[in-house]
Parts: sequence; structure tokens; C-alpha cells
Amino acid sequence: MNQDFIDTLLLTGKLAGWTTAILFVIGFPIAYLLAYRRFPLKSFAEALISMPMVLPPTVLGFYMLMAYSPQGGLGSFLQRVFDVRLAFSFGGVLIASVIFSLPFMIQPLQNGLTAIPKSLREASYTLGKSEFTTFVRVLIPNMIPSIITAVAMTFAHCIGEFGVIIMVGGNIPGETRVASIAIYDEVQAMNYQTANQYSLVLFGISLVILTVIFSINKRKTTTI
Amino acid sequence: MIQKENIESKSNSVPSPVERVRERSVVGGTSVPLQGLGVHMGSLFISIQHAMHTSEGKKMLEVNTQIMPHELLCLFGHSGAGKTTILRILAGLTKPDKGRIVFGNTVWFDSEKKINLPPQQRNVGFMFQDYALFPNMSIEKNIRFAQKEKDEVEVEKMLNLFDLTELRHRKPGQLSGGQKQRVALARALAAKPSVLMLDEPLSALDCEMRAALQHEIRKAHQLLKTITLMVSHDKHEIIKLSTSVMVLRNGTVEKCGKAEEIFESDCSERKFRKLNANSCC
Repeated sequence: MNQDFIDTLLLTGKLAGWTTAILFVIGFPIAYLLAYRRFPLKSFAEALISMPMVLPPTVLGFYMLMAYSPQGGLGSFLQRVFDVRLAFSFGGVLIASVIFSLPFMIQPLQNGLTAIPKSLREASYTLGKSEFTTFVRVLIPNMIPSIITAVAMTFAHCIGEFGVIIMVGGNIPGETRVASIAIYDEVQAMNYQTANQYSLVLFGISLVILTVIFSINKRKTTTI
Repeated sequence: MIQKENIESKSNSVPSPVERVRERSVVGGTSVPLQGLGVHMGSLFISIQHAMHTSEGKKMLEVNTQIMPHELLCLFGHSGAGKTTILRILAGLTKPDKGRIVFGNTVWFDSEKKINLPPQQRNVGFMFQDYALFPNMSIEKNIRFAQKEKDEVEVEKMLNLFDLTELRHRKPGQLSGGQKQRVALARALAAKPSVLMLDEPLSALDCEMRAALQHEIRKAHQLLKTITLMVSHDKHEIIKLSTSVMVLRNGTVEKCGKAEEIFESDCSERKFRKLNANSCC
């Protein structure tokens, strides 16, 4: 097993880990708003967040690349003010990955929140507890399976992501070359053995994650 | 016979409808603490209008009343009459379209002045129809969660009072309907509410359990020494527990007064006696 192989897998894990962590932090408030609040254009917001589930990854990747480009508004601003270049960098790939994986985090969290009986929240409010206390002490503990599903699905999806990353990040070893891209690259170079090694690792990780999700959810359902 | 005694003892401590009307005219719709009662023991003044969207279409809920301290008022009426909506409005869970709600000297809701206190600031104890016990917490923790300030002695008191000591470490999912009901009642009381609201608390219970828990409710009401509002479909239960009853029909108050008077006028004396004789609760 060469260093390049290990570095690629570590980079894949790093991207998936950071994406999941960022989405976990920003996903909860968004899911809460979508689950419990009424606001204008809510359906539009829900559709927008769900777009990555139906949109070809290359479409999002293309627009992200345009935005990152030094000729684009965001790209030129970041380069001029912060001297940051997002196109073909890990940071750029991470942002694209966060946007592309948004529904995989938001939807299970939103479903988990809406599945909790309204009376539990209301009971907590009538007992004098704030929305934040209710969220932390009542809602989160009663949606653990949804949280596990959201985290695992986001992580698993990130590990297998290809289209957006190749559009935004290209294939730079140690910077943007994740396992899925390495597989494509190795197949192009007819290195089937290495491609198989990467594929087996991704297959194994995905299988383990999904098995964990199903077993935890089954155990929770049985307990309740 | 027992029911009769209960009714008589209640009538000594609570003003009659005539007295209430007299008091209302004296205070002119604002609350005045009665002599001999605690400072927070205010009356509850309600004057609200709210459009309800029911399966039978849109209905206007309109209630104008004043509930006196120590009163155990039962809300009676058909499904969709507005009983639960009234409780939800009072608890701050549903915002009425128009009107004013004042408890003691505190304005809970005033549509003209745009005042609408959130449920957290109304200090009500609400017992939901489905009990709404927190599944992640043990019985003990459910009660402790309700406390505004941590008080272990009070937790023990509630557990003892409602015979829950042995069940303290169990989760709500491991309890029977009657046990859940007791926990819900204990939790509502642990918050030391100014107004206790019970939404059909005994509807899902068998006759024996119902009788036992009616006793718990009365105990809870006496312990709180404040206003209790209870939704019930059971006339016997209302006669047994309430100091007064409000009959709702299609969102409006049809009758209001003492339970035995209200229900006696509904049915003939013979029917009433027969109902009493058949009642197991």
C-alpha cells in the first residue's frame, strides 16, 4: 500500500469529516426553521435545499466553478480582499461539498423534528422552558436515530461524491484528489488493481455505515 | 350519597353563580384578589373571539366570563365545541383573534394593546390529552424538569403524593395509562402553576381507574388552591369534581353554572337518578 493511496483515503476522510461537522452545526437551525416555522417562500427554500438530490452534480459544480473563478464575483472578491483562491483548492471543494450534501443532513433532521409530537414541545413551554432549553433537553434526546441517520448519510454521501469535486477541485493529489476521483483516474490509466483497492475501501465504509444506521434505528424502535 | 356530600362541601367554599355575577359587576371585569386568599390567587377574566377551523367548517369561538379563585370549572360540550381551544388559548399555545385575558393583575392577552404573553410567562400547568410525558426522561426527571428551582424535597413529595415512588426510574413508555396520568398530573403540579388545565385527563381510562384518579385530581386542585379548568365529556365526573360547569355549543357558551343545576335541567329527574344509579365512577 503506497503513501499516495493512504493520503488519498485520508483526504477523503478529512473532506467527509469536515463537511459532516459543518453541516451538523448549520443543519440544525435550518431543519428547525423548516420544521416549525412558517415564513414566505418556505416551499421554495425546501426545494432549493433538496435540489442536490435531483440535480446532476456537474450542474452545481459548473456554477460553483463559475462563482470561484477570478473573473466571477465571489472569486475575484475573495482573491482581492483575502488573497484566497477557491477554485481547485481543498477549501473550494469543501464549500461545494457542504452545499451538495445539504439535503442529506437537513432532511433526516427535519423529519426527526416533525415526528416528535407537538404536545411535547408545548408541554415544555407551559412548564416555563425556553425554546432553546426545549430543543436541547426535549427535542434532541428524542430524535437520536434521526441525528445518527443524518450524520451517517452525509458522511457516506461525501465519501462517494464525484461530480462536484472533479468540476470544482479537479484531480490534484493531496489537495483535491479524493478516493472517488482516484478510482476514475486509475481506471483511465488502466491500473485496475489500485482502482479495485479504492473501490473495496469505499464499498466497505458505505456498507458499515448503512449497517450501523439500520441496526441503531431498529434498536431504538424496539426500545420505544 | 358520597357525591351529594361532595357537592355540598364544594358549595360552601365556592361562590354561587349569582354571587359570581354580583362580584363581576362590582369589579367591572378586572380581577380583584379575594380576602383570605394568597396574593397570586387572582381570578381569570376571559373575553375572547377566535375563528376555529373544524371538520364542520369555520366556527366562531366566543367566550366572556370570569373564573373565580379556587374554582374547578369543567368545560363540557360536543367534539369541536371549542373546549380544548379555550384551554390552548389560555395557556398561550393558540393566539385568539381578538379579546383580552387577564389573570390577577397580569394581562396575558390583549389584542388592542398587542400583548400576548408566551406560555413560559403564564405559569399554567397543562395536562395534555396524550399526557405529553418526555420519553427520554424517567418519571423522576419528568417531575424535576417541571421545577423552576431545583427542590428534591418537592420531587419526593410529588412522587409520594401520587404513589409513584416505586416507578421513579421508569421511562413513560414502561407505564400504564393510569400511571402516565398520575405522572402528568404530578409534573403539572411540580411547576406550581397559577392555573391548572386538564384536557380530558380521564378519557382513556377504565371505570375503576377513573374513580381513583378523580380523587387525584381533586387532591391536586386542593393542593394548588387555585383555578382548575378541566375538559370532560362525563356528566357524573363533572358533578363529582367541579364547582361549576361551562357548556359549550358550536363555540359559544350555552350555559354556565353549578353542574347539578345545569344537568338537571337537561334531563328529567328520573333520568338523572337512573344515570346516577348506573354510574360506577
